[in-house]
Amino acid sequence: MESTKVNNAIDEAFAASRKRGEALFMPFLTVGDPEPAATIEILKVLEECGAGMVELGVPYSDPLADGPVIQRASERALRHRITIRQCIAIAKEAREAGVTIPFILFSYYNPVLQTGIELVMQEAAEAGISGLIIPDLPHEEDGPAREACAKHGLHLIPLVAPTSEQRIQRIVSKASGFIYCVSSLGVTGMRAQFHDGIDQFLNTVKQAASLPIAIGFGISNAEQFKRFSGICDGIVVGSAIVHQIEKSAPLLDSVAERERGLEQIREFVLQLRGQ
Amino acid sequence: MKQWPDEHGRFGQFGGRYVPETLMNALMELEDAYRRYSAEPDFQEEIRYLLREYSGRQTPLYYAKRLTEELGGAKIYLKREDLNHTGAHKINNAIGQAVLAKRMGKTKIIAETGAGQHGVASATVAALLGLECKVFMGEEDMRRQKLNVFRMRLLGAEVVPVTSGTRTLKDACNETLRYWVSHVQDTYYILGSATGPHPYPMIVRDFQRIIGDETKAQILELEGRLPDAIVACVGGGSNAIGMFYPFVEDQAVRLIGVEAAGHGVDTEQHAATMSKGSHGVFQGSFSYLLQDEYGQVLPAHSISAGLDYPGIGPEHSYLKDAERAEYVPATDEEALDGVQLLSRTEGIIPALESAHAIAYAAKLAPQMGKDELLVVNLSGRGDKDVEAIMEHLGGSADGVH
Repeated sequence: MESTKVNNAIDEAFAASRKRGEALFMPFLTVGDPEPAATIEILKVLEECGAGMVELGVPYSDPLADGPVIQRASERALRHRITIRQCIAIAKEAREAGVTIPFILFSYYNPVLQTGIELVMQEAAEAGISGLIIPDLPHEEDGPAREACAKHGLHLIPLVAPTSEQRIQRIVSKASGFIYCVSSLGVTGMRAQFHDGIDQFLNTVKQAASLPIAIGFGISNAEQFKRFSGICDGIVVGSAIVHQIEKSAPLLDSVAERERGLEQIREFVLQLRGQ
Repeated sequence: MKQWPDEHGRFGQFGGRYVPETLMNALMELEDAYRRYSAEPDFQEEIRYLLREYSGRQTPLYYAKRLTEELGGAKIYLKREDLNHTGAHKINNAIGQAVLAKRMGKTKIIAETGAGQHGVASATVAALLGLECKVFMGEEDMRRQKLNVFRMRLLGAEVVPVTSGTRTLKDACNETLRYWVSHVQDTYYILGSATGPHPYPMIVRDFQRIIGDETKAQILELEGRLPDAIVACVGGGSNAIGMFYPFVEDQAVRLIGVEAAGHGVDTEQHAATMSKGSHGVFQGSFSYLLQDEYGQVLPAHSISAGLDYPGIGPEHSYLKDAERAEYVPATDEEALDGVQLLSRTEGIIPALESAHAIAYAAKLAPQMGKDELLVVNLSGRGDKDVEAIMEHLGGSADGVH
C-alpha cells in the first residue's frame, strides 16, 4: 500500500496546497453532462478558476448517494449512453487538451464490477487518473478494488460520515490519498446547515488520520467555502456546480453558444471562491 | 447445509453490504439489535401474539379440490397468505420489524412499496403500534394502485410520490434509502422484501419463514408427508423465501420460484431477473440483476406492480446457483389466465403477483402424478388488482374466458 503514495498527483497537489496554506478547491462534475465534448471545456474552465483537483462522476442509473441535482445530471449524461470506459477516455482527451490537475474517478460499484475491476483501474491509470471514489463500497467490501488500485498506483479514497463513529479508526487505517469527510447526514445536495457536530467530527478524523482530509456534500456558497477552508485540506463542491451546469445546459449544448455557457460557469465558480 | 448468511452477511458469494458509509453504522446497529431482541422470549411472544390475534394466523393450508380436478394431476394445496389481515404475507414482516423498531426506541418508520401491499402493511402496523409512517411509492405505481394509496392515507400514513427514474418500485427503494440516509438517527426503515443490504435479507426471511413452518406442520398433519413441489412467485422474493426456507434441507421437495416474464423473456419488457439477469450489485447487495453490459440497471416490466423489480433477494441467487431451487418465468398473459382459473374453480381472486405462481402450477400439476402433492403459496388477494385486471380483460366479465 505504501508504494502507492509515491508520485501520485493527488499527494503532490495536497503537499503543494499545504505549503501555500490554503485548502484545495475540488469541484465535481458528471462526465457527459450535458454532452461529452462540453465536459472537456468545463474542465478547462474549472482549472483556470483554480481547481486543484477534480472529481469526474460516472453517470449511473441508480445513484443512491446522490440527491436530485446529480441524479438529473446522470440522466442527462446517460442520454448519450456514456459508459465508464468512455468517461476514462474523456479524461484522457482532457489531458491531451492541456488539463493538468489531478483527476479522481467517482463511480458507483456496479459499472466498475461489470466492466471489470482490473480493466477499469488499468485504463484509469493509463488515462492519467490518480484515484477513485466508490460511494457504495464500504471498507468491508472494498478488498478487490483496493488491491487493483494499489497495483496501478491509484488511491481508493474512503468516505467517512458523521455516523461512522467507531469505524473511523478502521477506515483511515486502510486509507490512501485523502479522507473524504461527509459534511452531513443525507445525500449530495446544496444545504444551508451541516451536521451539528461537524467541527468535532472533522477533528476526530484529523486526529485519526495522517492523510489530508477533504470535506464534501452540500458546500454551495462562498461563505461555506471560507468556513471550511481553515480546517480542511480540500473542499469538494458538487451539486452547486452541477446545478450551474444544468442552468447553462441549453447554451453548452449548442456549439455556437457554448462560450457563453462556459462564461456563466466561470463567473459562478469565481464567486463561490470569493474572487 | 451451512447456515446462511455468514458473518459477512453473505449467502455464498451473494449478499453483503454495498451502501453509502452514512448507513453502515445503522445497519450494524440493526443487526445487533435484531440478534439481541430475537433471542428474547418476550419479543418473540409479542410478535406471535400479534400474528395470531391481529393478523389471524395461522393461515389455512387449503386443499384446492376443484383446481386439482380441473388440472388433472398433482393434488394441489394453497397456502392462504391472502387471508392475513391486510390481504397478503407482507404483514408478517411488517409486524416483526415494527415490533423491532419499537424495541430500538424508534418513533418513525419509513417503507417502500410497489403494488402497495407492503405499504399498506407498514401503514397498518404503524397505526397499531403508534408510530409515524411515511411510504415511498413510484408515481406510476400510485396510478396503478389508487385504492392502496387511499388505504395507506386512511391508515394515517403519508404517501410520498417518487418521480425519479422509472417511477416504480426500484426508484421507490432508492428514494427510501436516500431518505433513510438523511434521517437515520430517529427513523427505522421497514424494508419489504428479502433484498437490500445485510441484515435485511436475513431479517425478512426470518419473519416470513412462518409461512413455510406452518405449511410443513400442516401438510404433515394432513398428508403425513412432505410435498413433492412448492411454487411461489418471486419479485424481490420475500413470500418465496419464507415458504422455501424451512424446506431447503428437505432435498426431495422441489422449490420453484416463478418470476414475471411480462410480455415475454425474449422481449425487453419483463422482470425475469433469474432467467435473463447476471450477477451485480444493486440496492445494497450482490445478487442477480437485470442490467446492461455497462452495469446500468435496466427497467423491469410486469403487469404486477409488486413484481416489476430488476433485482432479487441474495438468498434466492444462492439457491439458484446451488441448484437447490428452480426459477421459471410466467408472462402477463399467463398470470391473467391464472387469475381467471383460480377465480372460477375455487372462488378465490388472487393478487396478480400470486397469479404468476398459479399460472406455473397450472403447467406443472398436469405433469405430476395424482399421488403427488403440490403446494402453491397464495401470497395475496386480488382486491387491489381488480381494476387492473378489468382493464386487461376488456372491462366486462362476459368476455372473460
